[in-house]
Amino acid sequence: MADFAVATEPAKLEDAKARYLGKEGSLTALLKGLGKLPAEERKSAGAAINIAKERIELALTTRREALKNAQLEAQLATEALDVTLPGRGRSRGSLHPVIISLDRIEQLFRSIGFDVADGPEIETDWHNFTALNTPENHPARSMHDTFYLQGEDGKLQDDVLLRTHTSPVQIRSMLAHTARYKHLETMPELRVICPGRVYRVDSDATHSPMFHQVEGLWIGENVSFADLKGVVADFLRRFFESDDLKVRFRPSFFPFTEPSAEIDVAFMSGALEGRWLEIAGCGMVHPNVLRFGGFDPEKYTGFAFGMGPDRLTMLRYSIPDLRLFFEGDLRFLTQFH
Amino acid sequence: MQFSESWLRSLCNPALSTDELCHLLTMAGLEVEERRSAGADFSGVVVAEVLSVDKHPDADKLKLCAVDVGESSPLQIVCGAPNVAAGMKVPCARVGARLPGIEIKRAKVRGIESFGMLCSARELGLSEDHGGLLALAADAPVGEDIRRHFDLDDQLITLKLTPNRADCLSLLGIARELSALTGAPLLAPAVEPVAASLADTRQVVLDAPASCPRYCGRIIRGVDAKAVTPDWMKRRIERSGIRSISFLVDVTNYVMLELGQPLHAFDDAELSGAIHVRLPNPGEQLLLLNEQTVTPSADTALIADDQKPLALAGVMGGEHSGIGDSTRDLFLESAFFPPVAIAGKARALGFSSDASHRYERGVDFELQRKAIERATQLIVDTCGGQPGPVVEAVSAAHLPQRRPVRLRTARAAKVIGIRLGAERIESILKGLGLGVERQDEDFLVTPPSFRFDIEIEEDLIEEIARIHGYDNIPSPPPVAQMAMMPATEHSRTAMSLRRLVAERDYHEVVTYSFVDAAWEADFSAARALGAKPIVLANPIASQMGVMRTTLIGGLVGALVANRKRQTERVRIFELGRCFMRDAGTGPVAGFDQPLRLAGLAAGSALPEQWGEPASRVDFYDVKADVEALFVPRRLECVKAAHPALHPGRCATIILDGQPVGILGELHPRWVQKYELGTAPVVFELDLAALLATPFSRYEEVSRFPAVIRDLALVVPHGQALAPLLAALRAAAPAIVRDVALFDVYQGKGLAENEKSLAFRIVMQDTQRTLEDAEVEAVIADLLAVASREFHTSLRG
Repeated sequence: MADFAVATEPAKLEDAKARYLGKEGSLTALLKGLGKLPAEERKSAGAAINIAKERIELALTTRREALKNAQLEAQLATEALDVTLPGRGRSRGSLHPVIISLDRIEQLFRSIGFDVADGPEIETDWHNFTALNTPENHPARSMHDTFYLQGEDGKLQDDVLLRTHTSPVQIRSMLAHTARYKHLETMPELRVICPGRVYRVDSDATHSPMFHQVEGLWIGENVSFADLKGVVADFLRRFFESDDLKVRFRPSFFPFTEPSAEIDVAFMSGALEGRWLEIAGCGMVHPNVLRFGGFDPEKYTGFAFGMGPDRLTMLRYSIPDLRLFFEGDLRFLTQFH
Repeated sequence: MQFSESWLRSLCNPALSTDELCHLLTMAGLEVEERRSAGADFSGVVVAEVLSVDKHPDADKLKLCAVDVGESSPLQIVCGAPNVAAGMKVPCARVGARLPGIEIKRAKVRGIESFGMLCSARELGLSEDHGGLLALAADAPVGEDIRRHFDLDDQLITLKLTPNRADCLSLLGIARELSALTGAPLLAPAVEPVAASLADTRQVVLDAPASCPRYCGRIIRGVDAKAVTPDWMKRRIERSGIRSISFLVDVTNYVMLELGQPLHAFDDAELSGAIHVRLPNPGEQLLLLNEQTVTPSADTALIADDQKPLALAGVMGGEHSGIGDSTRDLFLESAFFPPVAIAGKARALGFSSDASHRYERGVDFELQRKAIERATQLIVDTCGGQPGPVVEAVSAAHLPQRRPVRLRTARAAKVIGIRLGAERIESILKGLGLGVERQDEDFLVTPPSFRFDIEIEEDLIEEIARIHGYDNIPSPPPVAQMAMMPATEHSRTAMSLRRLVAERDYHEVVTYSFVDAAWEADFSAARALGAKPIVLANPIASQMGVMRTTLIGGLVGALVANRKRQTERVRIFELGRCFMRDAGTGPVAGFDQPLRLAGLAAGSALPEQWGEPASRVDFYDVKADVEALFVPRRLECVKAAHPALHPGRCATIILDGQPVGILGELHPRWVQKYELGTAPVVFELDLAALLATPFSRYEEVSRFPAVIRDLALVVPHGQALAPLLAALRAAAPAIVRDVALFDVYQGKGLAENEKSLAFRIVMQDTQRTLEDAEVEAVIADLLAVASREFHTSLRG
């Protein structure tokens, strides 16, 4: 059996096997010689030979396994990779940071039953101003520096404009809702947010001629200013994932809401700790606006808010300059996932 | 609205610190936008008297002064100011004083010790005047701190007023609000009528009473036009951000700031006959004080005399009728112009004035007589003169009406969300100066003449909520009707699509919707077809002048910018609107504003890496991305022409027979023009087509074996795959599950102008095992179709 142990490769092992179990092998010879033995010895000798044979076969199998394992080990060793090399193939892109915020805003509001609506960016003067209780020459119109278009004749086309806020989508949503449910004695509640691009003639580190806004609207039979406070404060704390965020509402004026409020937040830690930051405008939908939208203001009340996701994004990720959002610089964009 | 805290406190002085005062105003809706000290930050400067002035022994321009600063002995100070003279009172910065940028130390100036510095106005940050020492009044008390002397710790407060609160465009208005908020008494200035000492008047005729229902006028003769504005008045108006011009002008501004009533003073010598408030005659022109000649629109009221227009009513005076140094007699105007008559008039002429700002928001229409008396009093007190009687012309029918507004306590509770008792509501309304008539739990409320923002019940509810304090309204979690949101499988959201594009290694950008007209000319298919771009009437810059009809320009712009920052591999996408004029079925008639998704890939196909050989991104790399976005739907590409794209590497993308976008390599012309080096591949797709998703449906899975046959067909080099593949698919019977291209070969064994397209044909039936004979028959049929229609041959 030592012959097996010294056999270091399968061929030599098979040679060693033949010396014992092959046609000319010693054990084979012993078996052949059994017939010549007397009958009474034949039995015991046969048993002994069989035991020896089994032993040899066991040793052989063990040795075969060992050799196979050794061979596999050797093969695996040569196949070893540098696992620290990077993976092959393409990488992943990214979403724009403001879009990430819009997605989170949508998710948060969807979780309390707000749908998402969309509206045109070239908007009618009626939807952008008149239906929002801002008639021609209303001083509030000077709060917006509005982009207007040239008509095909090269003259000012004053019935359309680039929307200055997402509030016209309020009107469109209300009209669609009331048209759909007007046959009911009591219409279901309207809960909707309207994210999108808006435009104003303004440009510096904190103003861009194009920026984003999210409008929110909730109309029902029992929607109050207290509800507005609850929803918006809850949203802001969820958005910033900060339970101790301070939120305050202070009286303001918008032609399309009454009472109206500006919303300020203050963080309890970080670089902006303790400073009040203006973050959104809101209020109870003005009765005239409800009427324009097809609701009876005696029966239905509602609130609306408008906030700037660009500013929310700047605060959330500590981005210092609004213009970074619109420059398409990959060194900036690849930081957000 | 800027004002000084000390002026406000002279009218209402609650026991609040400046911080508390500002917070209170802000939380009441009068937002304090800015707050700063009236003077620059300095200390240690006192009123001093120059006792004697001697020449410096070693310097011609320097003087040696003995200065009394109120201590036992005078200080020796070296001074270089040209106007220093014995007996004058000046500010003196003593040793240890801190001025903007300097600290005063004992110093030797050309060998002589100096114990301080005499100061100019600029050195104290009081004005830009650096001509010499600031001369103080002769009666200034020596030794008094200059900060105290000039009240420099007074705070300048700027309110960001909302357009509804015109009543707070005056100190009196703010004080009234402060009084309502705190209960501190309102100390309004006592205004007594000034008795006429001459009988001269000018008749006032209201020819356009809708534009001017009340006009008060008064002649004051023999005024001293060169009178100096008293310091206290000058300080108050300057601290309100208005420049002091001359006493008479300053008085009109002072009364406007104090009471909120704009006034105008005419040189009476320039007037002839009666004063008319009328609409302009056709083509009538007027030269304004700002040297602008205007032709007022037909609905713009003018102040005129019998012969000529004098002023643009409520907006600005005329150049020729204003007061000047030589004015002896003046005619003072105090009028009410309703907001609707003034709104937009100044803006239409391209400017704004303090008067128009107030009138278009609403001036108290019962204030005119009081204001003219107040101004008369101030004028007579300071520069003399003899006033005539006040002439008041009124058209009561055209004055604003103050109709009572009904307020229901229950309605207030419904809107605000908490129940405030009728007593609380009553006290809030009364505190604001509103006329209140209680009717059980409800009220009839009559707004005062100074409030222009109370017309409906909600206006009153806002006042109640505001004074009660928004902070004091609880914000519980809202209670709402529950209804499940739809979750459709027939479409997907733009957000999920964005994620898919990002998974394909594109970074999202947001570029401007208005672009350079040159981009449109270079990249727009609509433009190439002759459509005129939509031009902005008032663009912010010429390179943001037209609305985009394609997203490609913005992406190429971002590529250029990134290349400048040495980023070679650029893969970006944008989801946004494009803008075209059309016949108009969309939400805004005349405009088509589709949302699109566009992408651009430039540089290497994969990030630089050890595991793959570097190769430049090409048409087929990006086509795979586009195909992935439409999975499981199969799109077709048809060779196309597009102004932005390489004519041989450009395709229209067809989905269900409809064009839904384009894909191609940027035209070499633009690669050169925009200095891109290598050509990016771009695509632009209609979002609507991308968002629709097919609803999944079960198809039976076969238990029987599939038979697979490969066919390599030799075709001319220019043969496009799509028609051939379509013909094969069309000819295949139902048992053919798929015909797919798996290889394209050119080279050895084929002629130079040939290529081989290899197809794999998978056949399977759901009910039985296919027999060899029918499989061979199918293959023979397909070969026959290919050979007949495309002259293919089977590759040997």
